[in-house]
Amino acid sequence: MAAVILPFERPVAELIDKVRKLRALAASDPRFEPELARLEEKTNRLARELFADLSAIQKVQLSRHANRPYTLDYVKRLFTDWVELKGDRRYAEDAAVIGGLAKFHGRSVVVIGHQKGRGTKENLKRNFGMPHPEGYRKAIRLYEMADRFGLPILTFIDTPGAYPGIGAEERGQSEAIGAALGAMARASVPIVATIIGEGGSGGALALGVANRVLVMEFACYSVITPEGCAAILWKDGSRADEAAAQLKITAPDLLQLGVVDAIVEEPTGGAHQDHDDAAVRLDRALWSTLTSLDELRDEELVEDRYRRFRALGAYLA
Amino acid sequence: MVWPEKNALSLDASEKQSIGAGVFRLCDGCGQTLDAAALAAAFEVCPECGQHHRLSAEGWRRLMLDGGELSAWDAHLMPGDPLRFSDGKGYKDRVRAAQRKSGSDEAVEIGRGRIAGRAIGYGAFVFDFMGGSMGSVVGEKIARLFERAGEEELPVVLLSASGGARMQEGILSLMQMAKCVAALERFRKKRLPFVSVLRHPTTGGVAASFAFLGDVNIAEPKALIGFAGPRVIENTIRQTLPQGFQRAEFLLDHGMVDAILSRREMKEHIAALLGHLADGARRRA
Repeated sequence: MAAVILPFERPVAELIDKVRKLRALAASDPRFEPELARLEEKTNRLARELFADLSAIQKVQLSRHANRPYTLDYVKRLFTDWVELKGDRRYAEDAAVIGGLAKFHGRSVVVIGHQKGRGTKENLKRNFGMPHPEGYRKAIRLYEMADRFGLPILTFIDTPGAYPGIGAEERGQSEAIGAALGAMARASVPIVATIIGEGGSGGALALGVANRVLVMEFACYSVITPEGCAAILWKDGSRADEAAAQLKITAPDLLQLGVVDAIVEEPTGGAHQDHDDAAVRLDRALWSTLTSLDELRDEELVEDRYRRFRALGAYLA
Repeated sequence: MVWPEKNALSLDASEKQSIGAGVFRLCDGCGQTLDAAALAAAFEVCPECGQHHRLSAEGWRRLMLDGGELSAWDAHLMPGDPLRFSDGKGYKDRVRAAQRKSGSDEAVEIGRGRIAGRAIGYGAFVFDFMGGSMGSVVGEKIARLFERAGEEELPVVLLSASGGARMQEGILSLMQMAKCVAALERFRKKRLPFVSVLRHPTTGGVAASFAFLGDVNIAEPKALIGFAGPRVIENTIRQTLPQGFQRAEFLLDHGMVDAILSRREMKEHIAALLGHLADGARRRA
């Protein structure tokens, strides 16, 4: 994986790289350890300072970072006994959504996530993580399977949005997303969703009707892309930074609005700097969230999910 | 038939082209000069070519409900400003301007009415209010429509016309999609019918939540219906879209709606549908 460095993260990224090299040296020569400790301390401090002041649009850029862990990067670190399941039984297999069965801390679960690609070839296969209706219909099939067999559902959200194309419209993109929301709403099993990168509108929500929703520290969740919002409001997509700030799409905003239930802290410099560490952190949060739902049974889970979404909104009565 | 771009998203050009101080109107379909009062009396359907122009919330009530009577539910819900959103002009100001322009407090009205004597839960979007966009109030009202109709054991007829989720309420608007569909799922469990009418235009978050989930889906002639707006698709695929793309007739051809109905036959047809579906429920009980 070629390292991509965004301009604003360069000072931190360079230090992290030095730490990594020094750590390799210290592994064989303990004399490097004091220097390593000093450098790690400095890196963490600088990263904290720099990342505390990131603007909304910079967090959007991090959420789209080319080196960010994608769903399959988490799948291989969080789960064992992974068995991928493919196809919607209607029209096609959509590689922009992956799904399957796996063991999570020894418990069988259904896993569904958007999947972006690395590099041109894989991105074409994955359609840059933008599903067609088939992707959502595969998800529906798996939500219903999970419901039938009493398996918890863990979803991973990471999409710019559902694909806006001719074939997608011909085959009912709207219906597919609406039906996915319905299938999630009625599943009588625990559902935990995690926004790991980009949460792009309805195409993201089709994996997001969960009992609990987690968000990675530098992931975003929005009704429209900042670029799209700026284009509509000001006929000027280059004002995406202003739109991003207005839309309140960063993890702390989402927590404050009640749209997510918890933020999962990322490793120093962001999840893309250390996939293993990011996965360890998510593993802890996911497991404690999933087990917190253990007391709820069947219809109680449906009711819990209903009440969660029923309460979202701001109006004057 | 070629759809000129200037009319692609709006069927109300006739209002802009009004001449003779509202006495005459030009039809968007055939360009004929029409008597404005006669057009209004025909529920905005051109007597010459059948073109459907935009119909007000009041017009929809008169068209669909016995006596045009709606006993409104939850009309007191007003939008907040959770994001303190401003695009140069504040969201609260935008809401006030929309209320003045549309004569409605929000982008949907719900309540109880009758279709051919049968009591129903009724909902109709007000497109003139911020493009019928769905924010917290719209989502809350639609959820309450399904909840209350479920409690009172009424079928639901919901007439959508919306550009989608309301940007100015950000992520909370997106959450309304989940809220409405979850409420619909509960309503369904009571085995009560939901008839979804897709008016011009129905796109974005309204299309991609409850609008396609009717037991029966009905579209208005030539209505623009789809997930993504045509311009978004053109910009993505960098091609000109085929003629009639995302129009009601296209949706019918692709199996997404059961029928395209003109306003002249809409009420009678829906009354017949509800009669059939209620007959089954009666036999089971």
